[in-house]
Amino acid sequence: MDYFAQQLINGIVLGSIYGLIAIGYTMVYGIVGMINFAHGDIFMIGGFIALISFLILVSFGLTFVPVILLIVLLVSMAITALYGWTVERIAYRPLRHSFRLAPMLSAIGMSFVLTNYSQVAQGARVKPVPPIITGGYTLHEGAGGFVVQLSNIQIIVVVTTVVLLALFTWLVARTRLGRDMRACEQDQTMAALLGVDVDRTISMTFVIGAALAAVAGMMYLLYYGLVDFFMGFVAGIKAFTAAVLGGIGSLPGAMLGGLAIGLIETLWSAYFSVEYKDVAAFSILIVVLIFMPTGLLGRPEVEKV
Amino acid sequence: MGGVTAPAPRATAISRGPGAAFIFKKALISALVALVLFSLMIGVRTEAGPSGQLIYWTRFGDLAAMVATVFGGSIVVELLRQWWGPVGTVRNVPQPVQSVLATTGRWIAPVLLVFTFLVPVIFYNERYILDLGILVLTYVMLGWGLNVVVGLAGLLDLGYVAFYAVGAYSYALLATNFGLSFWVCLPLAGILAAFWGVLLGFPVLRLRGDYLAIVTLAFGEIIRLVIINWQSLTGGPNGVTGIPRPSLFGIPLTPGDDGLAAKLGIEFSPTHRIVFLFYLILALALLTNWVTIRLRRLPIGRAWEALREDEVACRALGINTTTTKLTAFATGAMFGGFAGAFFATRQGFISPESFTFQESALVLAIVVLGGMGSQLGVALAALAMIGGFELFRGLDQYRMLVFGLAMVLLMIWRPRGLIGHRAPTVFLHHSQAISSDLVKEGHG
Repeated sequence: MDYFAQQLINGIVLGSIYGLIAIGYTMVYGIVGMINFAHGDIFMIGGFIALISFLILVSFGLTFVPVILLIVLLVSMAITALYGWTVERIAYRPLRHSFRLAPMLSAIGMSFVLTNYSQVAQGARVKPVPPIITGGYTLHEGAGGFVVQLSNIQIIVVVTTVVLLALFTWLVARTRLGRDMRACEQDQTMAALLGVDVDRTISMTFVIGAALAAVAGMMYLLYYGLVDFFMGFVAGIKAFTAAVLGGIGSLPGAMLGGLAIGLIETLWSAYFSVEYKDVAAFSILIVVLIFMPTGLLGRPEVEKV
Repeated sequence: MGGVTAPAPRATAISRGPGAAFIFKKALISALVALVLFSLMIGVRTEAGPSGQLIYWTRFGDLAAMVATVFGGSIVVELLRQWWGPVGTVRNVPQPVQSVLATTGRWIAPVLLVFTFLVPVIFYNERYILDLGILVLTYVMLGWGLNVVVGLAGLLDLGYVAFYAVGAYSYALLATNFGLSFWVCLPLAGILAAFWGVLLGFPVLRLRGDYLAIVTLAFGEIIRLVIINWQSLTGGPNGVTGIPRPSLFGIPLTPGDDGLAAKLGIEFSPTHRIVFLFYLILALALLTNWVTIRLRRLPIGRAWEALREDEVACRALGINTTTTKLTAFATGAMFGGFAGAFFATRQGFISPESFTFQESALVLAIVVLGGMGSQLGVALAALAMIGGFELFRGLDQYRMLVFGLAMVLLMIWRPRGLIGHRAPTVFLHHSQAISSDLVKEGHG
């Protein structure tokens, strides 16, 4: 039971990170109707920027952790958001009215570019960082000496995710930009006729998605203490799986899917085998889609005849 | 009068395009964006130091060079765009040139085919070119195989490499464990891959578009992960070694007494095997092409194309979309399996590294770049992509970077592919008059 509780905590933390990346997929899909294949690599870039800015701050002699974290968060969100904007500008905007497969392939190309760009720029080796946030709480001490722990970093990851999700839900539901986004999601042509700047709205969607991916990248760095140039691919597929599982286009769905994938992966590695954890996650995706072709919270697609 | 003359200068100003100030401003903004993008990634280099601690050093020279390149490049691109005219306009090509182009278009396929047949004769002593030819033909075959699924049936498959892997491992395991010959294993590999195609087809029957894409991608990853982790069967990351070479219907191509060279009474040369492999993959590719062309004229092929154009209409016409999708997946997968078996026998060694998502993306890029559904286009795209890929072999770690960029630029330049036609195979040439008593009011 204690073991299960610990795995549950670990799963929720991992799921939060996946959920943050999945929101980016879901938003872009909702508005443009395309899988943003480069999104996983945006997450990886976010992790790298966080790592580099952290190193620079520490070498400048800054030691107060909350300030470091805040600056790293803002810097990585800002720069990564610009990466998201650039990806949209290069790989999506010229192909806005092209046929379906073209933007998908240009996004796959963009993903290769970003992966190999960071490999060339920063080397192929794994970059480790010492733990920045230490300490935690002991929740329960079992009879067999097994201790259920909740570390500070785990609390930070979950709290950050919840705060960002709340902020983001507010943004979509209440602000001008959110209204424009929902209008574009319904019908781009009609939204444009009614005075919505469609290009700007789509750009902003990519920017916000990339900023959230940057937060996920930074959380990943803090939690696992490493980044490498290839981590975007696997995390990207998992997060995309999460978005599809939750019902692509739905924000709570993305979070729910993220949690589901995180839990499945953690529990599978805890009770069965670490090697097959990804196989388990993907298999469950296939099984869920057989019975619910639009995901857990997805709306059934209306067939236009 | 003033109202008529006044717009004239404005019109000429527009036709001349934006002025120097505009171009400069645009380049400046691009340079600024590049500065922020590259500031930390290029300007700072991190590396694990001797004690395991990360250290960093700055590379502001590289950063400045990159930003300057973006600034200059932006100006050049903008000038080129003005010189070339707005993107997307059809440039007027004179009539004689058009007819010449049409004639070349008709002759290009047969000429290419004859040339391909003669490649081993012309380049007999150039091992590198023969190897490259085999590689290109392998991708032509993979492209034609995936073309059935993506180009004809319109089902987006991002996990095609899974079937390639199934074919390769089927042959490798059957040949090394049971000693079966290539010619027995080839159909078996095809059947096994087709079986996996059907297996994948079942869950995705109800899915469409991007759901289909992610499931096929997940399926490709599942196959790869199983191959890596099922060490006792597949050898895990080490792969399978000692895969037997193909024989000419039982006669091995070896220097021994029972080898082909000895039987024909000619001197043995290792090039014989390369030439044999070349013709083998050419035959397999042509088989794929022939079967596809034949199938297109049969009801099943027409059902595929109907499915691609409109699934709802397709169902309304009474076409069974279940069998249509499954046959498309199975046919495509079978050719992938053949190509995989060929790959295994050519390499003599296979490992999971050869079956990554990158391969799937490459084959998909070939199909889309070729113009979905066009057989000639796929062949030309494979030649361009693999040939281009080879050109950058010396660049090593920049190769994938260039490949990714090329993919983006090609899509922007020709989103519909090199030969961008996807006209249905069937046309009704004569308009037919339908008698009014056949048409009930409101049902016409």
